[in-house]
Amino acid sequence: MAETRTKTPEPWLDPHAQAYIRVENVTKRFGTFVAVNNVTLKVFKGEIFCLLGGSGCGKTTLLRMLAGFEQPSSGAVYIDGQDMAGIPPYERPVNMMFQSYALFPHMSVAGNVAFGLEQEKIKREEINRRVAEILDIVKLGEYAKRKPHQLSGGQRQRVALARALVKRPKLLLLDEPLGALDRKLREHTQFELLSIQEKLGVTFVVVTHDQEEAMTLSSRVGVMNRGEIVQVGTPRQIYEFPASRFVADFIGSVNLFEGQLTEDEQDHVRVKCEELNAPVYVDHGMSAPPLALCWVAVRPEKIVLERERPASSDNWAHGTIHDIAYLGDMTVFLVKLDSGRQVRVTQANRTRKPEEQFVWDEAVYLSWDASSPVVGMG
Amino acid sequence: MSGSNGRRWRSASKGSGKRAPGSLLTRPWEPLWQLFHRLRPARWSAYVRDHWIGKPLVTAVPMAWLVLFFMVPFIIVFGISFSQSVLAIPPYEELWGWTDDKVLQLRLHLANYNYLFTDTLYVSSYLYSVKVAAVSTFFCLLLGYPMAYGIARASTTRRNIYLMLIILPFWTSFLLRVYAWIGLLKSNGVINNILVWLGVIHEPITMMQTDFAVYIGIVYSYLPFMILPLYSNLEKHDRTLLEAAADLGSRPWKAFMRITLPLSMPGIVAGSLLVFIPAVGEYVIPSLLGRTDQLMIGRVLSDEFFENRDWPVASAVAIAMLILLVVPIMIFQRYQNRELAHK
Repeated sequence: MAETRTKTPEPWLDPHAQAYIRVENVTKRFGTFVAVNNVTLKVFKGEIFCLLGGSGCGKTTLLRMLAGFEQPSSGAVYIDGQDMAGIPPYERPVNMMFQSYALFPHMSVAGNVAFGLEQEKIKREEINRRVAEILDIVKLGEYAKRKPHQLSGGQRQRVALARALVKRPKLLLLDEPLGALDRKLREHTQFELLSIQEKLGVTFVVVTHDQEEAMTLSSRVGVMNRGEIVQVGTPRQIYEFPASRFVADFIGSVNLFEGQLTEDEQDHVRVKCEELNAPVYVDHGMSAPPLALCWVAVRPEKIVLERERPASSDNWAHGTIHDIAYLGDMTVFLVKLDSGRQVRVTQANRTRKPEEQFVWDEAVYLSWDASSPVVGMG
Repeated sequence: MSGSNGRRWRSASKGSGKRAPGSLLTRPWEPLWQLFHRLRPARWSAYVRDHWIGKPLVTAVPMAWLVLFFMVPFIIVFGISFSQSVLAIPPYEELWGWTDDKVLQLRLHLANYNYLFTDTLYVSSYLYSVKVAAVSTFFCLLLGYPMAYGIARASTTRRNIYLMLIILPFWTSFLLRVYAWIGLLKSNGVINNILVWLGVIHEPITMMQTDFAVYIGIVYSYLPFMILPLYSNLEKHDRTLLEAAADLGSRPWKAFMRITLPLSMPGIVAGSLLVFIPAVGEYVIPSLLGRTDQLMIGRVLSDEFFENRDWPVASAVAIAMLILLVVPIMIFQRYQNRELAHK
């Protein structure tokens, strides 16, 4: 999927590109609680944009404002250049796939899918044709006469998707689309969603708390925390270059160290961390006051475990293996550093040779490449 | 006998491989031992699980209640309806008797049922009762649905207050509340006095002893029986269904017609039957508020029993009324089963 993604243009890099959705300084209050706080966001045509965040971060409220179920307390939402203020859900060019699917229990699969078309002045034959067509796309053709309670979770999810897509919306909103599915089915459906999206050219806005889902689906991810968007970027950007300690910690697992900047040159920085044996050397500069306090984040998979001490004077630490979790494709090690700090390290199981396996209580050296650590302030 | 038994025990013990084979002489306790094993606790628990009598025992209580207080009286009434009226205590002929030559004789008089169709009083009361019940049910639904909908959509604290207000009238005697309506509806009653005083009318309107008064009485009395099942249905509705309908381009009114109304059908049916069935046989309200020239079947029934002391005909009226009501009850059952099947 990543291959096809790189071929598609990246409109967010073009300063003249017209955004399909513009969210401008939108705030939503429920009583005294601020659910969405001054959010500004642009989503472009054909994107799959994921709003990612923990529960109660305001991502669903933002989605509901796009659908028209909630009105912003302040700020404005534009879809396709049109101000959405005061426009009810049934007049918006938007369809939503609900987290609970919200299928009409008294209607058959075909009845559910046809419902949206029946609201427009469309001839019966045309409706039947389009319902059959979309049920074919989601591979539910033979289930047309079933009632929702006679379907499995995955089939219901596809009915909900078909019902939302049959109206050919320009914008499809998906609320935790894969939340109720088991792992195997999730992976399968993820790729199905992507192929449908490419086939129909719909813009997707997806809400999820599952970062794996966000990573595989989206062209860009907006990470939300406490009603605010804390970073917007491609999955790779937010994983490799988190803008803040929160994002670094929230996306994937990470080892965070507190430190002090000792050198800040154009081509590198050096950070002294109490918890590590050697200074951290990062091969890109940042502009910060000298001796500033900062944090350093190193991803577990970027750390290499060795029995010998690395030659470099930077970017290593020493400890003993405290715990091992074997996951098949990789192994997770919890290494207790000399400072007492526990560090998470993952290693791909590249061979089956027993002499290469690390064991409990073994003394090991940890090292990483100078390009790997992320340094940030605050 | 002991020999063949012994062989069986032994072979069984061999099969289980737990105990060495031996003759009955060397091991006289073997059969007992085997018996004990056959009835060991694992089997006991399986037996209890398969033949547990708890479930029938639990249902036996309401069953016994229904048999004793519904089934038996029904059979008695059914029997009396085939009897003949006599001047005696009780005022009907026994169904069976011995003839002089010791023959058990069962005499079933169908005349009572025939009589129901020959005298127009009965047919017209039946039809009138059904009409009154149907019209009242319709107005109960018309009034009750928005109320139930409003309660189901209210906040939790308000909902409880509203439900309390619905149930509150039950704390006053039913008879008293119907009497209160006389005070409101009569020619020099509250409503007429206010209307005359306001100058809307000059002559008091006759409301007592009309169909209108009966409708008012029945709708007023039975409205809670419409609201409560409707409320319990509407309260369970998933509101995201309406959001989904709106999202698919459906205006609120259309979404109501296509989603809420069909999904509340079981509640509508339950409420309607709870109003319709007792309204057909209603006795107090039409007696106090209703017309004197047209009786409802409940009044006819009571008159037959207590005024005419013609128990057989009264029983026939009762049986006919029951048959008349079985049809809607069966519809109700069907809907209930369908709703249960969805869960």
